Amino acid sequence: MNINLTLIGQLLTFAVFVWFTMKFIWTPIMGALETRKKEIADGLAAAERGQHEQELAKERAKDVLHEAKSQAAEIVAQAQKRAAEIVDESKDTARTEGERILTAAQAEIEQESNRAREHLREKIGELAVAGAEKILRKEINAAAHKNIVNELAQEI
Amino acid sequence: MAGDTLTSSEYIKHHLTNLTFGQHPDGSWGMAHNAAEAKAMGFWAIHVDTMFWSIGLGILFLYFFSKVAKTATTGVPEGLQNFVEWLVDFIDTSVRGSFSARNSLVAPLALTVFVWIFLQNLMDLVPVDLIPEAAKLLGIHFMKVVPSTDPNATFGMAIGVFILVLFYSIKIKGIGGFAGELTLQPFSADNMLVKLLFIPINFILEFVSLIAKPISLALRLFGNMYAGEMIFILIAIMYNAGLILGLFGGVLQLGWAIFHILIITLQAFIFMTLTIVYLDMAHHEH
Repeated sequence: MNINLTLIGQLLTFAVFVWFTMKFIWTPIMGALETRKKEIADGLAAAERGQHEQELAKERAKDVLHEAKSQAAEIVAQAQKRAAEIVDESKDTARTEGERILTAAQAEIEQESNRAREHLREKIGELAVAGAEKILRKEINAAAHKNIVNELAQEI
Repeated sequence: MAGDTLTSSEYIKHHLTNLTFGQHPDGSWGMAHNAAEAKAMGFWAIHVDTMFWSIGLGILFLYFFSKVAKTATTGVPEGLQNFVEWLVDFIDTSVRGSFSARNSLVAPLALTVFVWIFLQNLMDLVPVDLIPEAAKLLGIHFMKVVPSTDPNATFGMAIGVFILVLFYSIKIKGIGGFAGELTLQPFSADNMLVKLLFIPINFILEFVSLIAKPISLALRLFGNMYAGEMIFILIAIMYNAGLILGLFGGVLQLGWAIFHILIITLQAFIFMTLTIVYLDMAHHEH
């Protein structure tokens, strides 16, 4: 229990240990702790930001979906309307076409009947002339009376 | 154990003698062979055991901590790094709590003080005869394994702290400010003459309180550890006093060792906290 040189030795040892701790232990460890603290804080902030953004995106997605749904409904309605229009148009076209065909047919029929009538008239004229010829063979000059017969035939 | 040829008093004395290297009165250098020879060597002798164990423990501390510091990652810490970071954080919190000025020396100083003293004190829990007996087999006759039971070790640290206190007191307040702090309070007066009269009184009071800082710091640690060591030695004597007392001694040793875990930690913590507080006082006018 004597106070001696050990005191100085311990004092110097203590000084060296403190210096070493300060330079090679405390500074790097505190540096690592500070860096980690900062990294964790940054990470938490980023997570929060991400969450916020996700919420916004969800909101946006909801809007887009809503819009898409209403657009789809509009498109369907338009398509239905257009389909109805097309059906109506084709009905009209068909009707007009039918009428046109009908008119043409009627006209042809008329023409045909007229032609037949003409033909008939001519035949009747010839027949009447032939009959009259037969009846009036002798006294009647065929050439002189043909005009009369034709007039007759015209009147039929 | 104590050995048949030793009386209890000799056993205790043997345990309290340091392995001392110094100059014998006849002029030759060498180890002291007994306590009286060690005393005769005077100041220019060195306690080899105290130096060896304190430096060894200090290097152990520096080795593990610097290993962690070198590989410290900012990612997930594991193993030893967890422990070191926990300790560093604990010291950092303590320093922030008691030290309000800015000084990058104080926290590493507190860490060194705490861990080094704790490790020195921890040697107290090693059974008192274990290392000395092993040393005896190697031909070393004295071996005090607890450096903090050597006043040289505790005073060495306390004086180191005291030098820092003086240094920062003068650096922060200037020589005039520091001298004023020592002489112009606690008693002060408006009258110049009375003020001059108060100076010696103030100086005596303040000087005593200043010098009491390192002394109380060193003696508190030394006294606690010395007393603890002494009780371990006394318990060890019981092992030679028959089976019943020996068993009783075993129970006592266990109990005292468990209690001592508290004391060694507490003493290391007190030394550290007071170091921080003294340095804080050195940084502030009051």
